[in-house]
Amino acid sequence: MAAEPHPGVAEPNHARRFTAIWLIASVIATPLVVFLLGPELPPGHGSEQASGHVTDNTVLLAMATPVLLLVLVYLIYAVINFRQPPGGMLEGPAIRGDARIQTTWIVITSALVLSLAAYGTVRLLADNGAGSGSGPTPLTVPKGHKLQVQVIAQQWAFTYRYPEYGGVETTHLELPVNQMVEMHVTSLDVIHSFWAYQLGVKADANPGVDNVLFVKPTKEETFEVHCSELCGIWHGYMFDHGHVVSPQAFETWIHQQETTMAPAKKVLPPYAHTYSPEPTRRAG
Amino acid sequence: MSTTAAAASTPRPVGRPRWRRLLGFNLLSAVILGIAGYYLGWFIGHRISTTKSFEFFSATDENDIALLLAYIFGVVGFLIGLGFANYPVSRMLGRPASLREKEQHGIGRYFGLCTDHKVVGIQYLVGIGLFFFIGGLNAMLIRTELLKSSPTFVGPNQYLSLVGMHGTMMMGMMTSGILGPFANYFVPIMIGARRMAFPRIEALTFWLLMAAGFILTSTIFFGGFPTGWTGYEPLNDQAVMGMDSYIVFFALVGISMCLLGLNMMATIITMRAPGLTWSRLPIFVWSVFATSVLMVLAAPMLVATLAMAALDRSIDTSFFVTGGGGSSYLFENLFWFFGHPEVYILAVPGFGIVLELIPVFTRKPLWGYRLAVSGMLGVTLLSFFVWQHHLFVSGINADLRPFYMLSTEIISIPTGFIFLCVMGTLWKARTSFSTPMLFCLGWAFNFLIGGLSGVFLSDTPSDTDTHGSFFVMAHFHYTIMGGLIFTFFAAIYYWVPKMTGLRFNERLSKIHFWSMFLAFNSTFMPLFVLGMEGMPRRVSFYEPKLHTLNVWVSISAFVLGLSMLVFLANTVYSLIFVRIKAESNPWRSKSLEWQVPTPVPVNNFEQIPIFDSDPYDYGTPVAIGGGQPAAVGA
Repeated sequence: MAAEPHPGVAEPNHARRFTAIWLIASVIATPLVVFLLGPELPPGHGSEQASGHVTDNTVLLAMATPVLLLVLVYLIYAVINFRQPPGGMLEGPAIRGDARIQTTWIVITSALVLSLAAYGTVRLLADNGAGSGSGPTPLTVPKGHKLQVQVIAQQWAFTYRYPEYGGVETTHLELPVNQMVEMHVTSLDVIHSFWAYQLGVKADANPGVDNVLFVKPTKEETFEVHCSELCGIWHGYMFDHGHVVSPQAFETWIHQQETTMAPAKKVLPPYAHTYSPEPTRRAG
Repeated sequence: MSTTAAAASTPRPVGRPRWRRLLGFNLLSAVILGIAGYYLGWFIGHRISTTKSFEFFSATDENDIALLLAYIFGVVGFLIGLGFANYPVSRMLGRPASLREKEQHGIGRYFGLCTDHKVVGIQYLVGIGLFFFIGGLNAMLIRTELLKSSPTFVGPNQYLSLVGMHGTMMMGMMTSGILGPFANYFVPIMIGARRMAFPRIEALTFWLLMAAGFILTSTIFFGGFPTGWTGYEPLNDQAVMGMDSYIVFFALVGISMCLLGLNMMATIITMRAPGLTWSRLPIFVWSVFATSVLMVLAAPMLVATLAMAALDRSIDTSFFVTGGGGSSYLFENLFWFFGHPEVYILAVPGFGIVLELIPVFTRKPLWGYRLAVSGMLGVTLLSFFVWQHHLFVSGINADLRPFYMLSTEIISIPTGFIFLCVMGTLWKARTSFSTPMLFCLGWAFNFLIGGLSGVFLSDTPSDTDTHGSFFVMAHFHYTIMGGLIFTFFAAIYYWVPKMTGLRFNERLSKIHFWSMFLAFNSTFMPLFVLGMEGMPRRVSFYEPKLHTLNVWVSISAFVLGLSMLVFLANTVYSLIFVRIKAESNPWRSKSLEWQVPTPVPVNNFEQIPIFDSDPYDYGTPVAIGGGQPAAVGA
């Protein structure tokens, strides 16, 4: 594979023309993507973690745009300029490679990829798992008081337990605003996945596993809760709305729950992080 | 090593009565023995489980032991009926070895055990095509259901079965989508061999796959299965008997895949013609080699995992059931250790097709041959180090997520090599836009979108939003359908004229490409948006605010389905009704398979060719030391 100089005879300098088009396209498109599309990116600003995801998505999009344009502009440029004339039998130049271009390509893609991985790692650790399920012993834990909530998934509903409030169990999730929450996600039967879309939270619920995540809601709003791991026939119906409310409203609500649930609490099993279910055959 | 004499002796005597020909080892006896084996297994299974130790059998009338045994015995009977036992038995009885005893002439050879790699290639193309259309039909039904935001068309159980069958059929069958038809047919010719290394195993891989396809389809008689193609435990353990169809299907596919890979590796390593050094190997053969490595290393993991799942279901072992000391993580780990190489088993042959075809249509040598090879081998190696990115939010081994993020992103470096080689080959080319070339360019666009959307999934914080949503669905349809299926069609339009000697109607081919390309993008581009707006995968119930976009996607999907009908119409019209003879080398290719006569003789070559260059001697020399235009090969 000999490296050869490009021929460049009596033709426009394609390399220069293509580079110019690509540079102009990137310079125009990247800011547009960052400033117009960026703020609209999911999942919005429902929590610190969600806001972080918006930033991450914007950064990734800003990095992906020039790459996308490089290949796209090149393909279009090549299709327009490097054609066989109708009925022609012309041969192209026998170029078999170019060591300089190949080396440059490898260096640049490696640099891009490594910086992406470094960025992702820093963001993941700095944001205490960035709202994702981080296993029973997360690597980083936020400081200060954390409101504990246990999310118990089963076919086909989520139940929420607040151990700090006497272990009251509700079928409906409410969280106080601006309070770091520590969620323990587990399952009673098959694998589910707890997904609070607007909060930027997702954690698989595995039987026998305590999957911990941290999230700090920053906006009083209604958020969607989905199951995002196929769990049987009513998987699509494992869907609910939760609420982020003011701390006062939360206190009122949780005490009300404690009163209503008091008779039921007597028969609930003792608090545990995980449950090892008996296998349920032929249920779904 | 010529076996012409043996081949000529096989046609049956002409005067034999028709009924007499029905006896013996053929598809009919295979079906009869298959059914007999099925009922034998069913009977034995019920004898075994009459003891009361398996409570759920008596409670539910469901007997996994019986069904699993029925499937296994059925497959064995089917294979014996086809004649796969004849050769080993005759060898054990001390009869002499023969190489090509099942080589026949006439149309009948396509319906039985045949060891001619060209026959197997065409068998694969038709057989896989059949199941590809069944899988596609499932997709149409899924999209019909999603026209409404709550289930109306089918019940939730049938919906999940459709999703599972679509995914499993495509992921299982299409793993051999390019290796089955095109590698079996063309790799021996491209490397100057007269046959594959193991011709009987080659036939076996095909018939295993067909048996598997029918077993998966039979799941509808046993209640379907609710797990999708991933078959996660413990849902797998909980499911009704239809789940056993999934298990046996995928296990058979795994065995077929592994044997196919071994056969390809053995052929490519040992049977290359003189002068065909590794650095002269056609790039398609390299991609087949890389894929074979993946198949051989990954598929056994799948078979083992499914064997465990089958034992869990039938005799209550507890590999994956938490209550009995097992772990659902174990299944996820094992499955994705196979599952991620699997998606590269689907993608890498596509790379090979694109890189093989583009030089022909641009009239240029392949740009960066070694880079392309290292790209494919790099992908092969790295694909074994990324599987836990499927489990970023599962809580498994969470401290290692930065590593899997890194390895996943690193794999885009060798993938980028493939793009650079495509772009380099297009530089100052003389491109003619025939249908195969259009499909290759379609691949470039689709795989670009697929690859870049993968960046969002490889980044753990960003993956928290997109994981398990329609975004993932769109991503892997861009890489698999946009990557594999587009190149699959490129290969069909490029090579079927060689395989059949007949030409496709050019206008219908172009209509097929454009309708497929536009409908494909119109179907899957909005799915990125749906995923980002919070639609989980595999639901038949979704929020009304996403309704409009879903209707758009469904309509586009129907157009995509229609584009497949255009292809079918084109095939029937061009290859059955019009039958215009193709030129002997319509693309003016310099590759060896276009230099042998059409139809390809049984032994491919009169004399084994001697290679003195790679098959990319296109173009005019541009500078000192440029490529020398020379006739290739023989």
